[in-house]
Formats: sequence, structure tokens, C-alpha cells
Amino acid sequence: MTQEHDKVDGGRRSFIGAAAGLTAATVAPGLILHTVEAAPRSEAVTDKVRWGMLIDTAKCADGCSACVDACDKENGLDLQVKPHGASEAMWDRQRAVWIRKVQVQDNLTGRVTNLPMLCQHCERPPCVDVCPTGASFKRADGIVMVDRHTCIGCRYCMMACPYKARSFIHQVVEEKLTATPRGKGCVESCNLCVQRRDNGETSTACADACAAAGHHAILFGDLKDPNGALSKALASAASRQVREDLNLNTGVRYSSL
Amino acid sequence: MANAVVRGLLAVAGLAWALGAQPAAAGENFVAPGSKAAGLTSCVEPTDFMRRNHMEVIKHQRHTVVHKGIRDSKHTLAGCIACHVAPGPDQKPVSVYAEGQFCQRCHAYTAVDVNCFGCHATVPTPPAAGTAAAGDLGAGLVQVPDHGVTAGGERP
Ligand code: HEC
Ligand code: HEC
Ligand code: HEC
Repeated sequence: MTQEHDKVDGGRRSFIGAAAGLTAATVAPGLILHTVEAAPRSEAVTDKVRWGMLIDTAKCADGCSACVDACDKENGLDLQVKPHGASEAMWDRQRAVWIRKVQVQDNLTGRVTNLPMLCQHCERPPCVDVCPTGASFKRADGIVMVDRHTCIGCRYCMMACPYKARSFIHQVVEEKLTATPRGKGCVESCNLCVQRRDNGETSTACADACAAAGHHAILFGDLKDPNGALSKALASAASRQVREDLNLNTGVRYSSL
Repeated sequence: MANAVVRGLLAVAGLAWALGAQPAAAGENFVAPGSKAAGLTSCVEPTDFMRRNHMEVIKHQRHTVVHKGIRDSKHTLAGCIACHVAPGPDQKPVSVYAEGQFCQRCHAYTAVDVNCFGCHATVPTPPAAGTAAAGDLGAGLVQVPDHGVTAGGERP
């Protein structure tokens, strides 16, 4: 059953491709049509896009947690409760977080930089390499995520991640949202608001919240779209990968760092 | 001969008893009164097919969604719940996996145990417009967390 359904009708694909080309051509040269309406995807994601981010640390405000709060709300992480008997210190270490606010200091100059640290959506993700079940995977559109139907909770990926981006759910989850199921025994991390991606929305919860707070530090977009705001910003300003020495080609880049 | 008749009668009586315990016998089914499904005549696929194959349908669906990002299907688990969830006496939706509710009742009868609801919400959260349960919550809905069942169908 699975096999049959998985087959892609190549003929239909190329027809759609050609039809789309036609529309684009007839509208006007140099004008690109964007779908305004948000609608759920009907075709499999492809590697024609690669989702990514540019985070301008100069705009990331000290003490602001708008992105973290928005992420928590979007993914139901704000519904977590401290297990009975757990100490505050342990809960601090163990509660699931998909974005952490981090401060880094240059010991020579004393310059302090604020930045949100989250899954960097590597092109060559170490978490995927070490996963024994294939639960950690990179979707065609570059999103690194966990298929929690296959995750056995071994946490190899957490050890392998250089960014400490993943969390393990230690206790039963009493409260959850329909859009973002989560439960005990699995690893989870930022999935670039995958439910928003598949419904055709243009941004992530964190980027929206950062903009709403007036900081505009997070720019989300398609790294492969040469005319997109993200590619343009990356082309014009110096940016870095955190731990670029690891050669992971991260999808999340930082500027002013 | 007489023996055979008695045996036959017993068998019939036994069958009637067994079927009586299962709602599907008298043209009824497990569909919960008050749910959106209760007002419709067919499931998302022919009901007979769904009764036998819903597990394949949803397991296929989860791969399609998680790995391929295809979400325009009528086979989503979220959809099953939105249509099959029923309101309780206080008009608030009751978990589809609570005692006697749609998915739980038949699974209890057929001795099936699923862990899906350790992660998946058993009521629409936030409530979807158009479900029987959403009406009284009105517009301007806030996130209503699912206090439903935990893994294995029981609360710890
Ligand atoms: C450890 C947590 C976990 C468990 C247990 C789990 N799921 Fe999921 N499931 C998820 C997550 C996370 C998603 C992705 C949600 C998204 O991106 O929309 C998902 C998505 C799905 C989807 C696609 C979304 C939808 O509403 O249709 C289906 C179908 C699904 N799961 C079925 C199941 C079934 C059936 C079971 C039980 C046999 C199950 N899941 C158990 C976490 C879980
Ligand atoms: C739009 C509403 C709707 C959705 C969505 C829906 N169903 Fe149904 N379902 C129904 C209706 C209506 C019936 C009863 C039809 C009848 O009486 O023949 C039914 C019947 C069933 C039955 C048979 C019940 C019995 O007592 O024999 C099963 C099993 C079932 N549904 C499972 C599912 C699953 C699993 C999903 C998600 C993939 C789902 N349904 C989604 C409306 C829905
Ligand atoms: C009419 C009875 C009936 C109803 C109603 C019903 N189920 Fe089932 N379900 C079964 C039976 C029987 C099996 C086991 C089939 C097997 O073992 O091959 C099953 C198996 C499953 C499985 C696969 C379990 C596994 O571990 O492989 C899932 C998932 C599932 N049901 C989900 C649901 C959901 C969700 C609902 C409510 C929307 C539901 N079922 C309603 C009878 C029912």
C-alpha cells in the first residue's frame, strides 16, 4: 500500500511544471508570481527550496525573549509542567527548549553579543548520521527534524549535536496541541515551524515575534531563491556559521558576530 | 436431531448475545452521539473500508505528512478526531480515547492498544470551527490544552 501511494506521477509533474512556466512567462518578464493564499501542500516537498535564517545579532536585544516565548507557544512547550519532586535546577536543565538565548563574550575586548541558538539545520547534520533508526532526518527542503514515530529516545543525536539544540521529553505530556503533538520518550527540536511551511505561510513564529517586538533580528527565507530577501541579505552583509570549522554548512547564519 | 436443534438454538442465542454487546449489529455503530460524524452518513472512505483499514490509512498518512509535507489529505489523524469527538454534558469536547468514547470503545472491544495519544491531542486544540464542541466556545478562541489521556489510554 505504502509503495503504491509513494509513486510520483512523473508525467503529471512535468505537465504542471510546464504549465507553471507558461503562466510566469505570460505575466511579465522579470515578474515572479508568489502564491498569496496559504493552502496546505498537495505535493511532496522538494529540494528546490532550502529553508534557512539570517540572524543579525546586533539587533538581538539583551533581556528580550520574544522569540523563545513565541516558539514555546507555537509548539505547546509553554504547557510543560515541572514533574513532582524535581528540583528547580534539574527542571532548568531538562525542560524542552527549542530556542535558547545565549550571550557570548569576547574575552579580549569584552564585547558581549546576544543571540538565539536553535537547530542550525545543517546540510550535513551529525544528528542524522548517528541516528540508529532513521528518525532523525533531513527533509528535502532542508529542515532537519525528528520523525517521532520512529524515534526510540536513545539520545545519540543530542550527544552529536554541536549546538545543544535538542531536548528529550522525560515525562508524560499531559497537555498538547493538535498541530504539534509531543510526548514522553522522544527527542525534539526546532523544525522551522514545519506545520507553517506546509500550509504555505511565509514566516516562523520566532521571526514574527522578533519583528513584532520591533527588533527584526531574524530573517527567515529560502536560501535557494536568488531573488528572495534572505539570499539578498546574505549576499550583502558578512555572516558566519557558528562552528564553521565543522564544515556542516548550516542553514542558520549569524551576522555581526 | 433434537440435539442439533438445541445446539443450533444455543449458537443463535450466543451470536445474538455477542452482537448485542457490539453496536454494529443492529445497524448501529460506534459513532458517538453529538459528534460531527453522527450527523453524516459516511466516513472519509466507505465506512466498511475504514472499519477494517483505518490503521493502514493513518499510518500511511503519518509518513506522507512528516516526510513529504503533504497536508491536504482527508486522512489526517487530526481530522479523525475533529469529526469523531463528541461533547460531554458540559458541552466541552471529551477525549476520543476516554472510556466509552469513539476510538476507545471499539478498541476496548477488540483488545487494541495504541500509544498515539501519548503525543496526539484527543480533542481539537485549539477547537476547530464547525465541530459540535466548538460552538459554545465562540470566536476569539484561545489555546485550550488537551487534558486527555496519556500514553496507553490511562492517566497516571
Ligand atoms: C512520540 C510522539 C508521537 C507518538 C507516540 C505518535 N505520534 Fe503521530 N505525530 C507526532 C508528531 C510530532 C507529528 C508531526 C505533526 C506535524 O508536523 O503536523 C505526528 C504526525 C502524525 C500524523 C500526521 C498528522 C495528522 O494529524 O494526520 C499522523 C497521521 C500520525 N502522526 C499518526 C500517528 C499514529 C496512528 C500514532 C499511534 C500509532 C502516532 N501518530 C503516535 C508525534 C507522535
Ligand atoms: C468528516 C467526518 C469524518 C472524518 C474526518 C472521519 N470520519 Fe470516521 N466516520 C464518520 C462517519 C459519519 C461514520 C459513520 C458512517 C456510517 O454510519 O456508515 C464514520 C465511521 C467510522 C468508523 C466505523 C465505526 C463503526 O462503528 O463501525 C471508523 C473505524 C472510523 N470512522 C474511523 C475514522 C478514522 C480513523 C478517521 C481518520 C482517518 C476518520 N474516521 C475520519 C465520519 C468521519
Ligand atoms: C469499529 C471499531 C474501531 C473503531 C471505531 C476504531 N478502531 Fe482503530 N482499530 C480497530 C481494530 C480492530 C484494530 C486492530 C487491527 C489489527 O490488529 O490489525 C485497530 C487498530 C488501530 C490502529 C493500529 C494499532 C497498531 O498498533 O497497529 C490505530 C492507529 C487505530 N486503530 C486508530 C484508531 C483511531 C484514531 C480511531 C478513532 C478515530 C479508531 N482507531 C477507531 C478497531 C476500531
